[in-house]
Amino acid sequence: MMIKPLDQAVGSIDAMKAVFARDMKVAFRQRQDLLNPLLFFMMVVTLFPLGVSPEISFLQEAGAGILWVAALLSVLLSLDHLFRHDFDDGTLEQLVLQPQPLFLLVLAKTMAHWVLTGLPLVLLTPVLGVMVHLDGNSIAILCLTLLIGTPVLSLIGAIGAALTLGLRSAGVLLSLLIIPLYIPVLIFGTGTVAAAAEGAPVGAYLALLGAFLVLALTLAPFASAAALKVSLSNS
Amino acid sequence: MWQFFHKLGSPKWFYGIAARLMPWLLVLGLLCLGAGLVWGLAFAPKDYLQGNSYRIIFIHVPSAFLAQSVYIMMASAAVVTLVWRMKLADVFVKAAAPVGLVLTFISLFTGAVWGKPTWGTWWIWDARLTSMLILLFLYGGVIALDRAINDEKSAARAVAILVLVGVVNIPIIKYSVDWWNTLHQPATFKLTEKPSMPAEMWVPLLLSVIGLYLLFGWLACLRMQTEILIREQRTRWVQDLFHVNGGAR
Amino acid sequence: MSEPLLQAINLQCERDGRELFRDLSFSILPATVTRVEGANGSGKTTLLRILAGLSNAWAGDLLWCGEQRARVRESFLRNVLYLGHRPGIKPLLSPLENLRALMAGRRPMGDKALTQALARTGLAGYEQVPCRHLSAGQQRRVALARLLVADEPLWLLDEVFTSIDASGVAAIENLLQERAAEGGAVVFTTHHNVQIAGTKRLVLTPGAVGYDD
Repeated sequence: MMIKPLDQAVGSIDAMKAVFARDMKVAFRQRQDLLNPLLFFMMVVTLFPLGVSPEISFLQEAGAGILWVAALLSVLLSLDHLFRHDFDDGTLEQLVLQPQPLFLLVLAKTMAHWVLTGLPLVLLTPVLGVMVHLDGNSIAILCLTLLIGTPVLSLIGAIGAALTLGLRSAGVLLSLLIIPLYIPVLIFGTGTVAAAAEGAPVGAYLALLGAFLVLALTLAPFASAAALKVSLSNS
Repeated sequence: MWQFFHKLGSPKWFYGIAARLMPWLLVLGLLCLGAGLVWGLAFAPKDYLQGNSYRIIFIHVPSAFLAQSVYIMMASAAVVTLVWRMKLADVFVKAAAPVGLVLTFISLFTGAVWGKPTWGTWWIWDARLTSMLILLFLYGGVIALDRAINDEKSAARAVAILVLVGVVNIPIIKYSVDWWNTLHQPATFKLTEKPSMPAEMWVPLLLSVIGLYLLFGWLACLRMQTEILIREQRTRWVQDLFHVNGGAR
Repeated sequence: MSEPLLQAINLQCERDGRELFRDLSFSILPATVTRVEGANGSGKTTLLRILAGLSNAWAGDLLWCGEQRARVRESFLRNVLYLGHRPGIKPLLSPLENLRALMAGRRPMGDKALTQALARTGLAGYEQVPCRHLSAGQQRRVALARLLVADEPLWLLDEVFTSIDASGVAAIENLLQERAAEGGAVVFTTHHNVQIAGTKRLVLTPGAVGYDD
């Protein structure tokens, strides 16, 4: 039997598409799991008027921060599932053993995760923005920062999810590892909205958030792929 | 063959080198730190603005300084772990992380104590203090991950990845926290950036920084030796070491 | 005499501070069937995971077609098929979708060939049913359909006979035998009583305790 040369393997882009499509298909077969982060997002936002103050002035000032923190926590909550099911049923092993650069396949999975969690959060934000009395301009800027910021959350979060795969109390550990790394995105996400509210130009801040995204896109998949290999080796 | 040498030869070699180095590190470290502290706390002139309360910088600054460099050292070791798979490098990361955590805590604690007479409150969301707090979280995460993974080799590699991800983030975190601080409380009273610190102040400060570095070296060696003994307990040289020293054969 | 596909030289494995084996050297030649044997906990699964490239818990040399495996990773992965304890089947997807996903990063195939493979494992009529509605044995058979469309020269099979009924076991025995006859190499573990003519045995015995330097 002949050894197959590498160029018979399918192209990496097609392999990425297949991984992305499979994750989407699996997610839509279990739609409740898609709703959970959204419900959580709404509930956390609800806690602030109830727990702190329903006054319009407070909500207007803190609203962007509340929504950002709530979005961050929902993404964090959903990250535990990113690799867990694949790990349990063995498809993750098969993914790692594909004759493809692993970081590209991980990137495809992370992109699917963002489309399934981050993007719906952004789409829900205008509704919640109105509920915390943000004005139209602030809501638009907030959505824009979340649109650029949530993919960063997914990309960095994937590193944590890969590192804690298969460990006891992985969920808590994942939060401990990842929250400190989320701080810059949170600061610039909410800071941009605050600057816009004061009438300052926000182009530079949005560009900076974009730079975070580019940095995360180029570096995080390598770290996640390396972490996945370690976690699989340990299982 | 080269890999084989490093895998098995290095820990034993390091154990011997460390044993010879440690007395020097300890004695010199204690001398420097002692001289710096006595000079700084008892003889250096009072600060014209803050009186005697500023003297806490002789503890605060060295620990904050070292807390940050320990993370950088760990990151360098993490590169070695991932690229060359050298056992000693992950022994260092494991040994240094808790020390870094304690140093970060000391700098936060002394910062808070210093804040009381200066700002009139124990805690203020100042850029430096906040950055140090996040550094404390980073150290906490590294230690938590290391404890959670049973297998030594996997733990070493996972921790190395986390430390490297952290070190890429540290400048970003620092920059964003500084920006956040100017956004929320412009013109903070910056204490450690006074340009005109007289020699009677900065010389003892420098001495205590050097002293603390040397003591960290000593402590790191000690902790690494312990870790090496645990890891290599089944090898002949460790068993010989204890039979000879304990005479228990 | 053909060149060995995979060559292990002085393989040593230590997990959680326990040595599973050391100084393990062997070659996997084309057209051979090798059965890894040993007591529970002797490291059969770990050895297969090491050979597949999933586990890092080893020292020594692993050569793929005479080259260090780490240097030819993608070519190695292209030519090796690993089926583990966990079958790699998504319960929410149908057998056909699962099979498609398994082939996607390697050598995509038309649905016709995949459906035929599923039919040969006795899953005709189940192509569109989500796998969670299938029995454990049927889910295993989905993974086995993967073998029927495999062109990789080396197969590493960990406990593939689990949950499979007698007729299925016989079918797999035949498949592996044919495979070897065609020139492929198979390494497998099993607790079942499996009869394949000409099977080589690789027996794992616990590593010696206490060693020099």
